[in-house]
Amino acid sequence: MARYNLLLAFGGAAAIFAAVGSYTLDVPVSLFDDHAITRLIFGIVGVTALRQSGEPDVTGPQRWNVPFGSLVIAIELISLAHSEGVRAWGFYAAAFAFWLLAWRAVDVILAEQAPRGRNRLLSDLAVPLIFGFTLVVLWEVLARGLQIPMVILPAPSAILGKLFTSLPTLGADFMQTIQGILGGYVIGCGAGILVAVLIDRVPFLQRGLLPLGNLVSALPIVGVAPIMVMWFGFDWQSKAAVVVVMTFFPQLVNTVAGLSAAGAMERDLMKTYAASYGQTLFALRLPSALPFIFNGLKINSTLALIGAIVAEFFGTPIVGMGFRINTEVGRMNIDMVWATIVVAALCGSLFYGILAFIEKRVTFWHASYRQGA
Amino acid sequence: MLKALWSGKTLPVLVVSAILIGLWYVGAILLNGDMQRDAFANANNTNYTFTDLVIGTWSQERPKLPAPDQILAELQKTVIDTAPTSKRSLVYHGTVTLAATLLGFLIGSALGMVLAILVVHVRSLDKSLMPWVVASQTIPIIALAPMIIVIMNQFDITGLVPKSIIAAYLSFFPVTVGMVKGLRSPDPLQLDLMRTYSASRIQTFFKLRIPASVPFLFASLKVGVAASLVGTVVAELTKSEDGGFGARLLAGSYYGQTIQIWAALFAAAACAWALVSLIGLLDRAVTKAMGAR
Repeated sequence: MARYNLLLAFGGAAAIFAAVGSYTLDVPVSLFDDHAITRLIFGIVGVTALRQSGEPDVTGPQRWNVPFGSLVIAIELISLAHSEGVRAWGFYAAAFAFWLLAWRAVDVILAEQAPRGRNRLLSDLAVPLIFGFTLVVLWEVLARGLQIPMVILPAPSAILGKLFTSLPTLGADFMQTIQGILGGYVIGCGAGILVAVLIDRVPFLQRGLLPLGNLVSALPIVGVAPIMVMWFGFDWQSKAAVVVVMTFFPQLVNTVAGLSAAGAMERDLMKTYAASYGQTLFALRLPSALPFIFNGLKINSTLALIGAIVAEFFGTPIVGMGFRINTEVGRMNIDMVWATIVVAALCGSLFYGILAFIEKRVTFWHASYRQGA
Repeated sequence: MLKALWSGKTLPVLVVSAILIGLWYVGAILLNGDMQRDAFANANNTNYTFTDLVIGTWSQERPKLPAPDQILAELQKTVIDTAPTSKRSLVYHGTVTLAATLLGFLIGSALGMVLAILVVHVRSLDKSLMPWVVASQTIPIIALAPMIIVIMNQFDITGLVPKSIIAAYLSFFPVTVGMVKGLRSPDPLQLDLMRTYSASRIQTFFKLRIPASVPFLFASLKVGVAASLVGTVVAELTKSEDGGFGARLLAGSYYGQTIQIWAALFAAAACAWALVSLIGLLDRAVTKAMGAR
C-alpha cells in the first residue's frame, strides 16, 4: 500500500481549494479577477504538494519546493488579509493550507537534521523560528481577516506599528522600570550570595535558613509590593525593594547548595595542600558553586521583572512598564499594552541571554558545557 | 537527645525563626519610632520613657511596620471572630482566591500534561514548540494579567474564570517543562528492555514513561500551584470587585491599612504553604502506592 503524506495531501488540497475559492463574500468566483496571480500561485503550490504527497521520500532539490511554496503562500495571505472586504472560505482554505505546509517544512528540515555540528545548530534555531513565524502569520491573517476588534486582539503589524510610533514613551517606561529591576537585582542577589558565604561556617544557621528559604520561594512575595510602595515612595526605589525581597532567598538557597557541590576528593586535595578556609573557598568551592549561582541568577532575572512590573501596579510616577500596562488597559488601548509586553519580553530574554552568555564564558569547564566537545 | 536536636532541622529552624521575629520587633521600633515621637510631641507628652516609646511603636493604628502580634491579632479578628460570610472576613477572601487558584491549577496542569505527552511523541512539536515554552519562562508573562481580565470582560466572561485563566497559564509552563523531563527520564537500557518485550508505544508509555515521570510531575506541580496562587492574587489586583487576597492588598494600600495588608499577606502565605504541603502529601501517598521504599 502506498503511503501518503497526510500533511502534504491535506495542505495541497486546501491550497487548491484556495486557488478556486472566493475571497470575498457574495462575490461570484471568477478565476480572472484581481487575484488571478494569487490564485495561480496557490494552484501551483497545491498541485506540487499533492504530487509529492504520493511519493514516499522526496529527495534532491525538489524537497524544498513545498517549504518555499508555504513561504510564498504566507506573503500572498498577508496581502489578501490587508485588502478590503469580508473574508470567505477560499481565504480560510489558504490559511489552513499555509499552516499544514509550514508544518511540512519543519518536517523536511528535521529529516535533514545532522546529529551535531554547525548544521545541527542551524536547524535547532530554524525550526522554532519557523514555528514562531507561522504563529505570527496566522495571528496577523486571522486578526486582519476576521476583522477582530482592536480592543480584543490587535494584529502583530498593528502592534509593531504602535511600537515604532511610541518609541519615546516606551523608552521612558523602560528606563524607569529597569532602574528598579537592576538596582533590586544587584542588591538582592548580592545579599543572597554574601549571606550564603557568611553562614557557610555555621552549619546550624544553614540548617535553619534553608527550609525557611525553600518555604519562602513558594510564597506569593509580590504581595509585599504595596508595603514597599508605602515605605519607599512611588519612584523606582520601592520597586527595587520588592525585587530585593523576591530575589534574596532563591539566590541564598542556590548558593548554599552550590557551596556544598565540591566533591570530597577535591576538598581532600585542598587539605593536603594545607589550604586555609579562605583559600579553599576562593580556589575551589566558589568556582564549583558557579553553576548553581548562575542558576539562581537566571531564575531571579525573571522574578526581578515580575516584581518590578507588579509593584508598578500599586503606584508610580506616571511612567514605567507596569504603569503603562495598567493605564492603557483602562483606556482600552490594547495595542499599546501589547507593545509594552513586547518590550518586557525582549527585556526579559535579553537579560536571560546575557546571563547565559556570561555563564558559558565563566563555567566553560563544567560538564554541562563539555558534552560533544 | 540534645545532640539530636542540635544536628536535626527543627531546632535550627525554630532558632532562626526566633531571630527573624526578634529582628522584626527591632525593625518595628526603628521604622515606627519617628511617628511615635511625633505622636508624643502632639500630645505634649515630653517625659516619656524608652519603654513607653517601644510599647508605643508596637501598638500603633497604622504603623509603617506592624509588630507580629498585631498581625496575629488582626488575623484572629478577621479569620476567627468574623463570620466567614462577611466581606470583612479573611476566610471569605481566602475562599475566593483559593477557588480561582484551584480551578486555574487544574486547567493549567491538565493542559501542561497533555502538551508534555504530545511533545514527547510528536517530534516536530518537540523541536518547534518546546524552545518557545522554555523561552517563555524568561519573560514576565504576568504582565498579561490585566489585559486578559479586560478582554474576558468584553466577552461577558466574569467571575472565577478570568482569574483562573491567568492562574492556569502561570502554572502551565512549569508543569509542561517538568513533565517532559519526566517522560524522557527512562534511560535507554529501560527503553531497550521494553523493546525486547516487544511492548507497543502505548504500553511503553503507561508502564514505563508515566511511572518514571511521577517524581518530576509532583516537583513541578508544587511550583505550578504556587505560581497559580501568585497569578490569582495579581489578577485580583485588576479584578478587585469580587474580593480575594489581592483585592484586600489593594484596598489596604489605598487606605494605608498596613496591618490589613500584612494580615492578607500572611493568610496568602499560609494558603500557599498549605497547597504545596497538600501536593507533598499526595506525592508521598502516590509514591508509596507505587511501591517505592
